[in-house]
Amino acid sequence: MGVRKAITGAEAAAEAMRQINPDVVVAYPITPQTPIVEQFAKYVADGIVDTEMVPVESEHSAMSATVGAEAAGARAMSATSSQGLALMWEIVAATPGLRLPVVISLVNRALSAPINIHCDHSDVMGVTTLGWIQIFSENAQEVYENLLLAIRVAEDTRVQLPAMVNQDGFITSHAVEPVEIFDDALVRKFVGVRSLNRALLDVEHPKSVGPLVLPDYYFEFKRAQEQAMSKVFEVYREVGTELSAITGKQYPFFETYRTDDAEAVVVVLNSAAGTAKVAVDAVRAQGKKVGMLKPILFRPFPYSEVRDALRHVPVVGILDRSMDFGAYAPVYSEFRNALWELDKKPATQSYIYGLGGRDIMTTEIEAVFEELLSGNLDPEHQRYIGLRG
Amino acid sequence: MKEVYEVRMHGRAGQGAKSGSQLLAEAAFREGKYIQSFPEYGSERRGAPTVSYTKIADQVLRSHEPIVNPDVVMVLDFGIMRSIPVAAGLPDTGILIVNTKVCSAEIKKLAQFNGTLYGVDATGISLELLGMDTPNVPMLGALVKLTGIVKMESLEAVLREHFLPKIGEEKVQKNISMLRKGYQEVFK
Repeated sequence: MGVRKAITGAEAAAEAMRQINPDVVVAYPITPQTPIVEQFAKYVADGIVDTEMVPVESEHSAMSATVGAEAAGARAMSATSSQGLALMWEIVAATPGLRLPVVISLVNRALSAPINIHCDHSDVMGVTTLGWIQIFSENAQEVYENLLLAIRVAEDTRVQLPAMVNQDGFITSHAVEPVEIFDDALVRKFVGVRSLNRALLDVEHPKSVGPLVLPDYYFEFKRAQEQAMSKVFEVYREVGTELSAITGKQYPFFETYRTDDAEAVVVVLNSAAGTAKVAVDAVRAQGKKVGMLKPILFRPFPYSEVRDALRHVPVVGILDRSMDFGAYAPVYSEFRNALWELDKKPATQSYIYGLGGRDIMTTEIEAVFEELLSGNLDPEHQRYIGLRG
Repeated sequence: MKEVYEVRMHGRAGQGAKSGSQLLAEAAFREGKYIQSFPEYGSERRGAPTVSYTKIADQVLRSHEPIVNPDVVMVLDFGIMRSIPVAAGLPDTGILIVNTKVCSAEIKKLAQFNGTLYGVDATGISLELLGMDTPNVPMLGALVKLTGIVKMESLEAVLREHFLPKIGEEKVQKNISMLRKGYQEVFK
């Protein structure tokens, strides 16, 4: 049994970092930084962790120093949000190719312009092609557990890839909720220590990190990276089973809610999934069979499992909190792709909601179910929830 | 209690609407309730209007939507009622508590609320006991008197837990006195 605390999503991330007790945490301490780093810095100052905390002058430097520490053999972590991730981009792209299992906490917030600080998934959706494991969290409890999971998946010798654990800006990061923090000793045993078999500071086994690789072998590096990514599924399952022994919970690639006999299903990431569950219950109370699917592991994307989960559903509405201008929205694209293999495909509809922190209400998701069940669909064009006329 | 009990606090940045809603949530949490407490962030600067939410329930709170139809609205600075429709979504059976010396006709008109308006001189209590204007704590006392949504002991324990390391025993005692005075002195 753990201890129940009333804390924010940001504090939940810091609690996970406290238990992980990384060797190094590097962060840019000013906006758009979140309270994750503020809280963790207190743990460092109070001697609760023995982490080397390195405040730097920009997110580009933060990611660079995190990568440097990880290459040296340390367990290094960071946290950022929105523009911060954008400024990190060059090093975010380099990290998976270096095969460094850095884990960072990302608080999902809008990208400029116009300037906006609120919840939006534009930041993470801009880096999903770069080769990071991407895990999404509905609430503060999931933020905490997903970070513990991510460390072990990322560092597994079959994987050795970086991971990002996402949570909704403000809605999760700044909201106080009950969170169960599991026993320190059990969690520390679970996260263990990072294997030093590839450490740059292992002087007995000298090696190069990040060499120049021209057309002769670059392609092969990238192929190896893809193969490592494909191993994430089995590792995620194994590590999830181990974590279950502590938490008593399951760690599926995605969560389904009342989908078994559903005639319409809504797909939605992060905090809005909780709101969607309430909408499902409300619509079910009217005798209509609806359900919800919440993606958790978004990279790698579990195409075949998603296909099996939705093959019996007549119509699926996919909600995105970001846009891909001039193309299908990112979550919609993945689900459309996943369903394409089926002979008898569910009908699909793309919806955009919540950009720049626009609230998403239970009643709006109920209206989506009504529309999906009505058959009034236009799979070629995205629709907008809560957009001003 | 209804399924989800919802409290909305309006104030100005620096008056403690955010910490007030968090203190309330943590008091309910101590009593074994499920809670959510979250502020609405705008361009924060001292004096700007702020709003903060507390949800209290016996079941897990899954929805993350803001509060639309609160059971209680608390207004930490009556002046913001000139620009913010604080009673929006509050049913006539709901409770509106305003930081004011008197429930004058002018205050009632500003509130645009058909139900019962309650007043508490939270600023006066705070200035008298603490020497600074932190109306959130006396307002919480008034809330407990009118609704019983949490126990005074729970709020006092949370105040102690939060503030003891920051401001010391003497000021914690003053805050507890402010809470109790708010409880005693709320009026129609």
